[in-house]
Amino acid sequence: MSVDYRKITLDGLWHNNPALVQLLGLCPLLAVTASVVNALGLGLASTIVLVCSNLTVSIFRKLVPETVRLPIFVMIIASFVTAIELLMQAFTYELYLILGIFIPLIVTNCAIMGRADAFAVKNPVRASVVDGLMMGIGFSVVLVLLGGMRELLGTGALFANMHLLFGEAARSWQLVIFDDYRGFLFAILPPGAFVGLGLMIALKNVIDARLEEKRKASAPKPEDAPPSKRVRVTG
Amino acid sequence: MSLIRMSSPHVYKANSTANVMRLVMLAMLPGILAMTLFFGWGTLIQIAWAALLALGFEAAMLKLRKRPLGFYLGDYSAIVTAMLIAVALPPLAPWWLTGVGVFVAIVIAKHLYGGLGQNPFNPAMVAYALLLISFPVEMTRWNLPFVLTGEGWSIAPFFDTLGVIFGGAEPVFFDQFTGATPLDEIRHRGGLTTEEAWRQSEVLAQGIGAWHAVSAAWLMGGIFLLYRKVITWHAPVAMLVTLGLISSMFFGFDPDNYADPLFHLTTGATMLAAFFIITDPVSSATSNRGRLVFGACIGLLVFIIRTWGNYPDGFAFAVLLMNLAAPFIDLYTQPRSYGHSRANKGRGGNS
Repeated sequence: MSVDYRKITLDGLWHNNPALVQLLGLCPLLAVTASVVNALGLGLASTIVLVCSNLTVSIFRKLVPETVRLPIFVMIIASFVTAIELLMQAFTYELYLILGIFIPLIVTNCAIMGRADAFAVKNPVRASVVDGLMMGIGFSVVLVLLGGMRELLGTGALFANMHLLFGEAARSWQLVIFDDYRGFLFAILPPGAFVGLGLMIALKNVIDARLEEKRKASAPKPEDAPPSKRVRVTG
Repeated sequence: MSLIRMSSPHVYKANSTANVMRLVMLAMLPGILAMTLFFGWGTLIQIAWAALLALGFEAAMLKLRKRPLGFYLGDYSAIVTAMLIAVALPPLAPWWLTGVGVFVAIVIAKHLYGGLGQNPFNPAMVAYALLLISFPVEMTRWNLPFVLTGEGWSIAPFFDTLGVIFGGAEPVFFDQFTGATPLDEIRHRGGLTTEEAWRQSEVLAQGIGAWHAVSAAWLMGGIFLLYRKVITWHAPVAMLVTLGLISSMFFGFDPDNYADPLFHLTTGATMLAAFFIITDPVSSATSNRGRLVFGACIGLLVFIIRTWGNYPDGFAFAVLLMNLAAPFIDLYTQPRSYGHSRANKGRGGNS
């Protein structure tokens, strides 16, 4: 059986993006994207969990009885989340404190459960790993874009506190875009996340519509469509 | 040949949106005059600036949405929204504050939801709520009424006010010239009883008359709108009565801790909201009975937010919350339609 990796990649990053199309995992998405560093931290953690859980679920896909598959998936995901939580506690303690409850809550991220049940349990190991990676990257990109948007609007700067994730060298990465900015509290507060995500989804739909239009315009028009056949559907 | 005999009146004047909006603008004049009289040139400058921006944003959005420019720009609805934002903001608010407010109202709350008649939320209140939670410092910096400072007109002549709003220069008179509004004073009075707060606060003891006068002016405009049948009495009366009753109840039980009903009815945005905000035909309930419920709930929410909430005045939040509930209210307050014995209530009604 050949696996279409190009399709998996495009699905994860664009056509079936967990945050923009499936609208899964919105709780952490909306809650932690007040800055780039928070968004990136959660994005990375979610991606790692997604890849590992897809891998494990795919390996054991033939041994798991269908009736109890969901509890088993939850246990697999929960073990990886616990591992990630301990790792973050060890290496990025301050970020761990900032993200707080949203790290353990990765367990309940529907995007991860959804991929396990919709893809990994039906597909071979390599395809499942690629799918997990691409879905994770798609999710993280949206997180980081939304985080960047909110941080820029809310504080007038970008990449503040990057040392929480990348060590002391990253402390100087902060870019102050607007000097003497008063701060736009709305963008940092939860409603800003809703509005920001709504605008991003709208933008994606606009791009899709434009692409579709272009595809239609360039595609040759069918000269003679087959004559419609009456199909008898009743009695 | 038509055999139907029509009774008088035989000549109608179509009531267009533009006509209604013109009447609303006319009705706002007394309130605007009173605010100018007591708080200086700021209000007028804010209105002019907000209206200019509103027309610009409206035109840009209409162009982007490929709608006819002249038709929609000529209905004055954008200008009315701008005027409502401008009179709700502190008169000395910086220019960008008004700009952000008008942008949010016209672009986000109005056009992104589908334009005039499609917005589930009152655009002016969306803008006000957003500004209040985003810029609490600027939004609560009201200037003191002129009756208090006495020489107000000489301190803040027209061009100085213009400079404060548009200039970057830090205004020298902000410190002596701005202060808390009566609602702020009552809300953040520390451990004082209401009576002590009244005695100690300059604004409350001497300046309250300005707020009473402005409220009376809004009331005048509201009565004019009622007289011209632009609005019905249901929502305003329900709101004012509820607010009055519940504040009397609390004041009656415990006058040390709660402000008197007159205070609630004549300060803050009560009168402005009663006649100009909660009567918005688009975002409020549609039937008369629905408007009674809608208004009463706003009165209740405002009292709750004013008394126990974090913000001194709660009209923006109360109106937005009830805008959300308006379709639900409509569902249960449909009037009985002709030919049916009972009114339709809820979805499952069969009559």
